[in-house]
Amino acid sequence: MRQDKEETSVNLSRRLLLTAAGAGGAGLALGALGHLAYAGQVSEPAPSDQIPFYGEHQAGIVTESQDRMHIAAFDVQTEDRQELIELLQAWTQAILAMTQGQEIGEGGALAGSYNAPPTDTGEALGLPASRLTVTIGFGRSLFLDGETPRFGLAGKLPEALIELPHFRGDMIEAQRSYGDIIVQACADDPQVAVHVIRNLARLAFGKANVRWSQIGFGRTSKTTAQQSTPRNLFGFKDGTENIVAEDSQALEENVWVTKEGTDQAWMVGGSYLVARRIRMHIETWDRSTLGEQENVVGRLKSSGAPLSGGDEFTPPDFAMPGRGGPIIPKDSHVAVVHPSAHGGARMLRRGFNYTDGSDGLGRLDAGLFFIAFVNDARTHFVPIQRAMSANDAMNEYLRHTSSGLYAVPPGIQAGQYLGQQLFETV
Amino acid sequence: MNKFLAPAALISLAALTLTGCTDNTTGTTAGDGTINVVSTAEACTVSSNQVPGGTLKFNVKNEGSAVTEFYLLAEDGLRIAGEVENIGPGVSRDLVVIAPAGSYYTACKPGMVGEGIRAPFSVTESAEGPSVSADRASLQKNATELYSAYVKDQSEQLVRGTQNFATAFAAGDEQLAKKLYAPTRMHWERIEPVAESFGDLDPILDAREADLEKGEAFTGWHRAEKDLWSPTGYTKLSKDERTTLAQQMVKDTKELQWRTTELTFTPDKLSNGAKELLDEVATGKVTGEEELFSHTDLWDFQANLEGAKIAYEDLQPLLVGTDDQLDAQLKKNFAALQEQLDEHRVGDGFKYYNQLTATQIKDLAAGVDALSEPLSQLTAAAVK
Repeated sequence: MRQDKEETSVNLSRRLLLTAAGAGGAGLALGALGHLAYAGQVSEPAPSDQIPFYGEHQAGIVTESQDRMHIAAFDVQTEDRQELIELLQAWTQAILAMTQGQEIGEGGALAGSYNAPPTDTGEALGLPASRLTVTIGFGRSLFLDGETPRFGLAGKLPEALIELPHFRGDMIEAQRSYGDIIVQACADDPQVAVHVIRNLARLAFGKANVRWSQIGFGRTSKTTAQQSTPRNLFGFKDGTENIVAEDSQALEENVWVTKEGTDQAWMVGGSYLVARRIRMHIETWDRSTLGEQENVVGRLKSSGAPLSGGDEFTPPDFAMPGRGGPIIPKDSHVAVVHPSAHGGARMLRRGFNYTDGSDGLGRLDAGLFFIAFVNDARTHFVPIQRAMSANDAMNEYLRHTSSGLYAVPPGIQAGQYLGQQLFETV
Repeated sequence: MNKFLAPAALISLAALTLTGCTDNTTGTTAGDGTINVVSTAEACTVSSNQVPGGTLKFNVKNEGSAVTEFYLLAEDGLRIAGEVENIGPGVSRDLVVIAPAGSYYTACKPGMVGEGIRAPFSVTESAEGPSVSADRASLQKNATELYSAYVKDQSEQLVRGTQNFATAFAAGDEQLAKKLYAPTRMHWERIEPVAESFGDLDPILDAREADLEKGEAFTGWHRAEKDLWSPTGYTKLSKDERTTLAQQMVKDTKELQWRTTELTFTPDKLSNGAKELLDEVATGKVTGEEELFSHTDLWDFQANLEGAKIAYEDLQPLLVGTDDQLDAQLKKNFAALQEQLDEHRVGDGFKYYNQLTATQIKDLAAGVDALSEPLSQLTAAAVK
């Protein structure tokens, strides 16, 4: 997929930086490394496996979905606003460096003091940037401790940052859910993604700690028109009708927070990330007939075409009669969640297949880590999930084990830190 | 994607070619013996109109723009020897049917209306193929009638049991209500897929608290369970509330029983139902999540297992001579799982779930998987 030539050039840049850090000596501040690297990047085009970090929106939303993900939620321990800001600043510098395939911190992985632990943990040495993106968002609990505002953020909680309700059949495990800050690291190389979470967790010690984290080993959506539709662990194509990066109108209407669409100026250009860990009972699924599987999904397992005919991208005909009801069953997944059943509301889905070992009963603990970006979960997620939990035949094979909603602030420019709008917008 | 589409495209081409060459002649099928059928709004093209007896496989391709169906009808043009429904436009479906020698009709029914586009079809005596003496359609009918009677009997017993339970529960006789709880629920659990098919009654009778949204009333068996084996911090129902809950349970169960009399069954409903019963064991009972407060999950386990076994036994004559290996495997694995479960019997009942060790639970789960896997093959074997 990637060309060897590109890998070489990126490896080279990681090593060059190593030298630069060594030459920089002890005087380099934590952030300086990142800025140095950024300055270098401006003069030459970024290698194709680097995703620009700065922009109107954060990367990792409309970015063509990478193959792997490591996502983590942090709880902030400190109650000091300045300390929280410093953490976000340190993270921003580190993220910038890592998205450019560079090591983080003074001395990086190898060039620091022999008598001190290296500032970069080193497992990404020699690996290219791997189209890494790191996207952060804020949970409701960052703003409020019960009813009490935290970090001087009184009045900054967006109305749309609700507590997600309990949906029918939810088996939510609190230790896998919620959290003050979400960090979504996506890359084509799993080690690059894990490197991010590991190093950000390290930078946070004493200020924030990992509440939960999750690895996704394979993408379950397409986020650009040219990307192929992948299959989820049910073996079906997933995300056929996803919003793609090229569809700017759909993004405006469903994904990006607009001035008119929010009570919080700092969220304009941002989005909301919904996270749900959905375990699949894959063993019982695998024993169901192909006919049952296709009726549950409402699509053909082969091409992904709706049961009403055509190809993968043919719109489903929910009215086409079949024996005993529509040919696409009313309780099939596609019929229940299709935008046409929800006033046109769509999501940008960016989920990943996961497996977390086994469950002690001889089965894989596997499923889909659902991630969606929407401009308002109250209109673009809750009604759809409510319908799904009530009517979807697929529920027989699913169990929702985690839940989270996070306000994803807009992107930043050089010199800013992630989330700065929250702390500095009046 | 292409790798999936290619065979369908080839078959469709093959069908056209074959029909072109073999129109009104005998005996040609695709290399693997598949008889290709192409259904359009005007035509029902069958690649061969005379084949040797045994297991026939039709591949029906819908090249029309409406949903179609394909039937193999007996000589009288009325009795159905095999059918495949709900073939969407552009979709191919297989019909596998074991047919003895005789005269038949093929029929496509584009748009699912009318008599269908019919043509005579003949099955000749087969020299080497399996001899099919029994009339499978009548075996299938027999299986569904037996199962229908079982559902009727269980739902009637469920009504009687629920009445007794409700009386004790409403009266505050906790000891009796607790004693009746698990054995009565077994009637429900034996026919659970049938009971669950009533989407409105299932949640009000059998929902666990987590199955509900905030603000929805928590009623039925598990509400009574929580009240009887109340966890710390739970406020018990008042006498009036108990009475209301009990009366509602009886009323809803009677409604359920009445509705089961209206049901008709097909062989695949039996076999899929058996598979679903084992799924229920795998996802709810062996995990101890069904009976969160009473921990009587093994009673449910036993009932699910019995319900699945009945469905299998009703269908079993359809396996004789056509899939003896599956039959033997199922017989063996049903017995093995029962034996495993019997190890946990105490008196008239079972150990409570929270008395089982992690190893015992894992062994039970492995036994469920061992039976579920061959059981998932039953539909394909029974419907042909």
